[in-house]
Amino acid sequence: MSSPSLGAALRVSHLRKAYKDVVAVDDLELEVRPGECFGLLGPNGAGKTTTMEICEGLTPADSGEVELLGMHWNSHAAELRQRLGIQLQETQLSEKQTVAETVRLFRSFFRRGPAPSEVIALVQLEEKRHARVGALSGGQRQRLALACALVGDPDLLFLDEPTTGLDPQARRQLWELIERFKSAGRTILLTTHYMEEAERLCERVAIVDRGKTIAMGTPRELIASIGVEHLVEFSTGASERPFDRAPLERLDGVREVREDNGGMRMQVTELHRAVPALLDELRRQGVPLTELRTHSASLEDVFVALTGRHLRDE
Amino acid sequence: MDHPLVQLTLVRFREFLRESEALFWVFVFPILLAAGLGIAFRNRPPEVLPVAAVTPQLAQALGRDKLLDVRQLPAPAAEEALRTGKISLLAEPGPGGTVAYRYDNTNPEGRTARMLADAAIQRAAGRADPVGSSDRLVREPGSRYIDFLIPGLLGMNLMGSAIWGMGFAIVDARRKKLIKRLIATPMPRQYYLLSFLLSRLTFLAVEVFAVAGFGHFVFGVPLRGSLAGLAALCVLGSLSFSALGLLIASRAKTIEAASGLMNAAMMPMWVVSGVFFSSERFPAALQPVIQALPLTAAISALRANMLQGVSLAQVAPQMGVLAAWLVVCFALALKLFRWR
Repeated sequence: MSSPSLGAALRVSHLRKAYKDVVAVDDLELEVRPGECFGLLGPNGAGKTTTMEICEGLTPADSGEVELLGMHWNSHAAELRQRLGIQLQETQLSEKQTVAETVRLFRSFFRRGPAPSEVIALVQLEEKRHARVGALSGGQRQRLALACALVGDPDLLFLDEPTTGLDPQARRQLWELIERFKSAGRTILLTTHYMEEAERLCERVAIVDRGKTIAMGTPRELIASIGVEHLVEFSTGASERPFDRAPLERLDGVREVREDNGGMRMQVTELHRAVPALLDELRRQGVPLTELRTHSASLEDVFVALTGRHLRDE
Repeated sequence: MDHPLVQLTLVRFREFLRESEALFWVFVFPILLAAGLGIAFRNRPPEVLPVAAVTPQLAQALGRDKLLDVRQLPAPAAEEALRTGKISLLAEPGPGGTVAYRYDNTNPEGRTARMLADAAIQRAAGRADPVGSSDRLVREPGSRYIDFLIPGLLGMNLMGSAIWGMGFAIVDARRKKLIKRLIATPMPRQYYLLSFLLSRLTFLAVEVFAVAGFGHFVFGVPLRGSLAGLAALCVLGSLSFSALGLLIASRAKTIEAASGLMNAAMMPMWVVSGVFFSSERFPAALQPVIQALPLTAAISALRANMLQGVSLAQVAPQMGVLAAWLVVCFALALKLFRWR
């Protein structure tokens, strides 16, 4: 029995969970500090939801330790449920109940918490308080699910893919809501496969792939760790004349040039040198340029650097 | 008002009221069924029985009974008519001045025709009845088919609405992961199941009134037992069926699976439990099993209360059967329930 990591809101060590022949979670590690918003970033099938459900007490782990707020599920289940707020990945709430009735139902389960009307106002659903759940849009339903997660005034909030399936505007609205909760000092664990979401909302992020944590730290630390600041993506119209990338790779400040999705992708440390060099080289080889994009390195690029795949590979 | 059990029960309430189909099946359908059957099996004046004779003398003798509709037919035609069921009996002369009757003695009409025909022929030949007799006809409510039927339909309705209502609601909630969402909260699990039982009770009054009230006010079906006793029996019956419904829905993940289980549980009871005809018609060897079924117990107790006016103490065995099903099914359901 290891001593509790002082002050950790959530600690997961050596977590394992297998289903039949698929190992969903394989020796996963996590540590979430009180008051921070922590992200679990990874592609579909990485084991994020399974990990969440184990932390939420819905699924038993095969082995490993999960400690929440200094307590364990097998000894303090009732107490933990009072103090956690949960938003599942796919919940369809009862369609025929109204928003107010749903929130009131969930509020009745908790010893303490805000009044239903307060929570409904918090998620900006006051106008819809008497609307039936079945009549709500996707974004409104997610806000309702969030309200149900907040209704017990939780110390630890679990949000599983809160904006998946939402249009960009609804997504932004939800981000604003979550940012407001952060300032109230709550601890949040969020899973997502959208890197913008992780970068925007989370102080620290764990990147998971195939059931393992492959990197953990602040977004800035993680991006710096791959030693690349910019990405240049380009396509050439060279079906007859393939582009020889060897000369590019030898340039100063160019980390790597590789093929990616039908085009090429160049990892560089200095954009102002690399782009002119690229154009020169293309002209020298007589290869036309059909597309050019650049962006600063993001968590997606960290993932690519670590695994060779994209977050949203289908 | 904010107790979780109250809130959960309110949710069940609203789910039911906001589902218009359910309202039809629970309230309107049994009334239509009772009306249809009541009309089909209404008491009619005694029917005249068609019979045939092959000789004019026999025909004339038979014709003296008003309850016999006599035809004289030649032998081949008469046999054909008997074979196809157009007549219930054929009278023909036998050897040595006797009369022979051809009829089906497993058919009540055949037996009645035989008795009436023989009496008519004997009297025509000069039999005298030494004891004079007169008829005082009795049309006592309580012994008609409709009286037998209404408690049967009431029981069937209590069972159907409990099991179907519960089954679909639970399986649907499970499929939508609503149950999984709920157990992530501090909600005590038995409250979830209890809320189903409690909400059933709230609708009970209306359901019972619809069926029994219809029977009583429209067809004059008697309500001889105490109304409080009737209410108690309906409550107990409904709770037991609800617990059975919970058990049936405890593990099914799809509506199809749940439907299959519900039908498998209910259909045998529709046949053997005495809804439409007495359960005692089944062989003695099956009776212990039949009497142990919840629907049989419920209907038997309801009939005793409504038609014979017995007290609750006198239907204690049936109440015991229902209580046993309630307790055992609820305990098993709680144990086996698939929450995720």
